[in-house]
Amino acid sequence: MTDKARPVFVARRTYRQRRMADAARLLPVLGAGLFLVPLLWRSDGASVGEGDAVAASGAGTVEVMLYLFLVWIFLAAAAGLISYRLPAPQDETRRDGQG
Amino acid sequence: MGKTVLLIEDEQNIIEAVSFILSRDGWDVKIHANGHDAMDAVRTRRPDVVILDVMLPGKSGFDILSEIRADMAFKDLPVMMLSARGQTRDLDMARRAGANRYMTKPFSNAEVLDAVRALVPT
Amino acid sequence: MATLNIMVLVALAYVTLLFAVAFAADRAAARGRARWLRSPLVYTLSLSIYCTAWTYYGAVGFAARSGLEYVTIYLGPTLVVIGWWWTLRKMVRVGRSQRITSIADLISSRFGKSNALAVFVTLVALLGTTPYIALQLQSLTLSVVAFAEADPTREVAVNRQSTAFWVAAGMALFAILFGTRNLDANERHHGIVMAIALEAVVKLVALLAVGIFVVWGLSGGVSETLARIDRSAIAEFEVPGSRWVGLTLLSAAAFLCLPRMFQVMVVENEDERHLRTAAWAFPAYMMLMSLFVVPIAVVGLDLSPEGANPDLFVLTLPLMGGQEGLAILSFLGGFSSATSMVIVAAIAVSTMVSNHVVMPVWLWLTGGSAVMSGDVRLVAMRARRISIAITLFLGYLYFRLSGGGAALASIGLISFVGVAQFLPPLIGGLFWRGANRKGALAGLSVGFALWLYCLFLPSFGPSFLMPVSVLEQGAFGLSWLRPQALFGPAVLDPVIHAFLWSISLNTLIFIVVSIFSFPQPVERLQGAQFVNVFDHSGTTGGWTGGLAQSEDLLIMTQRIMGAQEAQALFAAAAREQGIGGYLPEPTPDFLVTLERALAGSVGAATAHAMISQIVGGASVSVQDLMAVADETAQIMEYSSQLEAKTQEQERTARQLRQVNEKLTQISLQKDAFLSQISHELRTPMTSIRAFSEILRDTGELTAEEESKYASIIHDEAIRLTRLLDDLLDLSVLENAQIVLNPEHGQLGGLIDRALMGAGLSEASIRVRRRPEDEAISLYTDLDRLAQVFINVMSNARKYCDAPNPELRIRVLREADHVAVDFIDNGSGIPAGEQGTIFEKFARVSETRAGGAGLGLAICREIMARLGGSITYVPGQEGAAFRVLAPMALPGQATAAQ
Repeated sequence: MTDKARPVFVARRTYRQRRMADAARLLPVLGAGLFLVPLLWRSDGASVGEGDAVAASGAGTVEVMLYLFLVWIFLAAAAGLISYRLPAPQDETRRDGQG
Repeated sequence: MGKTVLLIEDEQNIIEAVSFILSRDGWDVKIHANGHDAMDAVRTRRPDVVILDVMLPGKSGFDILSEIRADMAFKDLPVMMLSARGQTRDLDMARRAGANRYMTKPFSNAEVLDAVRALVPT
Repeated sequence: MATLNIMVLVALAYVTLLFAVAFAADRAAARGRARWLRSPLVYTLSLSIYCTAWTYYGAVGFAARSGLEYVTIYLGPTLVVIGWWWTLRKMVRVGRSQRITSIADLISSRFGKSNALAVFVTLVALLGTTPYIALQLQSLTLSVVAFAEADPTREVAVNRQSTAFWVAAGMALFAILFGTRNLDANERHHGIVMAIALEAVVKLVALLAVGIFVVWGLSGGVSETLARIDRSAIAEFEVPGSRWVGLTLLSAAAFLCLPRMFQVMVVENEDERHLRTAAWAFPAYMMLMSLFVVPIAVVGLDLSPEGANPDLFVLTLPLMGGQEGLAILSFLGGFSSATSMVIVAAIAVSTMVSNHVVMPVWLWLTGGSAVMSGDVRLVAMRARRISIAITLFLGYLYFRLSGGGAALASIGLISFVGVAQFLPPLIGGLFWRGANRKGALAGLSVGFALWLYCLFLPSFGPSFLMPVSVLEQGAFGLSWLRPQALFGPAVLDPVIHAFLWSISLNTLIFIVVSIFSFPQPVERLQGAQFVNVFDHSGTTGGWTGGLAQSEDLLIMTQRIMGAQEAQALFAAAAREQGIGGYLPEPTPDFLVTLERALAGSVGAATAHAMISQIVGGASVSVQDLMAVADETAQIMEYSSQLEAKTQEQERTARQLRQVNEKLTQISLQKDAFLSQISHELRTPMTSIRAFSEILRDTGELTAEEESKYASIIHDEAIRLTRLLDDLLDLSVLENAQIVLNPEHGQLGGLIDRALMGAGLSEASIRVRRRPEDEAISLYTDLDRLAQVFINVMSNARKYCDAPNPELRIRVLREADHVAVDFIDNGSGIPAGEQGTIFEKFARVSETRAGGAGLGLAICREIMARLGGSITYVPGQEGAAFRVLAPMALPGQATAAQ
């Protein structure tokens, strides 16, 4: 319904806001990907299901820990930057209404 | 034995005054203080004359008068209406409803007495 | 001095502080001075109830046993929160626009306001929350015991069970005090939110302080600590991929579905924009919470004696290091985590239980007549309070029965899997219009059953609730039905196994049943409103209210929301429609608004049922059905426009008719005014004249008669004077020539004075007052106000037709006004005459005894001069007048000084 009413091209500000919304949607996907990376670091691929199999070598807790906290800080900062560039949630309906 | 007057009126003081005046003149004064079953009172008391107030609780004096006139037994019953509203419209309505006499409050006692006497020749 | 004693004292002081904070926040909010209460930071901090005592103490134990795996519990929520644009934003918007009170309410409301679903979700939530509360009690008692053992004097023996009991009782008291102040569960609990925000700060500071102490105090710096980790038993990152992914997903699902998270995230949300701050601040909070977990675990393993409980390292490390102050702070952190979680969880679950179980049962028991039965509000409030107490008691019972053993430690993840079953209907309901009730119910049942079978029952240990044979060989000896290895060999650990199977079968069945069954109209309407919430936060109609009786609705609403709120709501709606008074037209718009308002108090399903009782069943009109069936936008829009237009016309016509009627009435009254004045003047004059003539002309009157007649003349003369006074008064008032004499006074005294003035004695009418409400200072024309009171009181005396007449005087204090209600127990004023009683000479039923009918007209004029009003309030026990007066006379307050 509303898709039909929306114009194809919009002003620069609105355009920016829409791309920010895209970024907001993609951020958790990126975050999920980054959180999975440590699983790849294990050399012998003690992958799915071998509960007690000890990885022969590869990533140590310290490295993974540092990596995770850096990713974490990055995600929080990115979320902060993106969130404040998004249209205020309360304005959403009005914006949509005007198309 | 005096003739009977039925006074249909709701103001207690006016009832007292009128009955005082009429009973001293030898009338048998019967009282009915509301509009609801005034017609029943007329039927049971069989008065010689009716004094009827216009503004009554339950039913207006005009309506009661119409009921009285609608009953063949009472179509000639003398009725005097009392009103405190003092508008000519009321006088017309009273006449049309079939009142024999119309009197505006306040009245003088002598006036009432004369009017009632005139309505029922003794 | 014993450490334990200090700890107990500090804990008590801390609890007192929490009560004080909650109380102050509630007070501030009530006075409307609470901008800081609504800050996005407070919202973010309140989300931290996700970090319970289980995570506070348990994360370190978790890390000591399996390294970095603990962090998954925080990674899931981090992903959910930074992805707020997807889900949280929609949940909050839907929650606000539909006035959702709990997750059960959301799911039931989305799927056609189905109470069956609500009950189901409530039961699962209760089942999942009870052990979780037990877990918190366990953490608390364990930490107290740790203190007792470290106490050098060891003179106090800690009774675990009584500790747990008193903690539970205290939390119940707190939750009842601050969680059930107002019935509208949708209203914010400022006190509680503020207290848990404070607790969030305490637990973060405590954990960071312990971490800093461990890294720099015990371990000797960052590099030394990292080296220590490398030397430890958990040096390798060896988390199985399935657990890493599975636990992250599980915690993300639980974060969305936990009743207590829903409570703080959606129900207590003050402003959607707060999500923007939470989006970065909450991940940062969780990051800080987990920052020192591994160091504490490793150092704890190094320094503690063999067999020490790693779950308590947070507490025992400072104690070992002789840092008693730090240990107490750490204890407070754990205490905060436990209490805030338990309190919010109890409130969330109790709302569900009272709205979806107690209220429907109660309505059914009372014959389903919401209008006639007693105070719904009281019942709901009581139900909620009792539910809180019961929830906490169940938690305590569970704690006692389970013996506080290892079975409890794993219950955190087990209850996560339980509530995660809500995820398919929740997400499906928000994003997929095709999702329907049958699908949700089927999916939930399967997921719930699998959870019970695969995880919950086995969790009590072999042969407690589930026979060993079933556990090892499967139900009925079928090996592919083994609870912890469905359809094949056990390759996954039980939690991930159960999560995987229950959630995927739940989703699958939810989707399949939804596709192959057909939803009811209400479901389709709700579905469209939920899924497209951002397209029209407004609403498509739901009710056809032609038959609804506004007065019945008002009576019902008063019972639920309380008289003041209900009347305000109705008056506002009436004003919006351009009508005065308290009874708006029951338009579909108004009914939808009303239903939402009621849903805020008793839940969507119950509110819907209550309104349909009055409006009469058919909640969805033919037009609505057509609109749903024809999903082509144009037809829908066209028909709804058409409908809106005809309704608009109809309403305008009705309003015009009303106005016209009133004009005719007023013109008749104007006409009648003269004859009325004439009548009122002539009647006493008649008596005066007649009796004075009698006195003059009649010779032989007895002395008794003489004095009687003279006093009649006297009385009638007074009556005449009073009438003239009234007329003059009215004309002065109407022409605004009145001079007001403002004075200071007390409302209570004024009412006393008026009671005396109106001649109200115990014999004539019983007066019921609440003097404590009347202690209000006024600055107004007291004589005039008293005149109004006297008038209304003597009306009650004259017209109240009850066998035992009673007049209730109720004082309601509003911002700068005071409303005084005079309610008698007579038959009231018929609806047809309520509009004209304030006109001159308008006496109810024309000829009942009494004054000239100027009293209320004068009252109305006086109140207008005093800057207030007098109105008739319909729908009370009898006739009810509300005098609304400003506490200080507008514009005069300064002039007079």
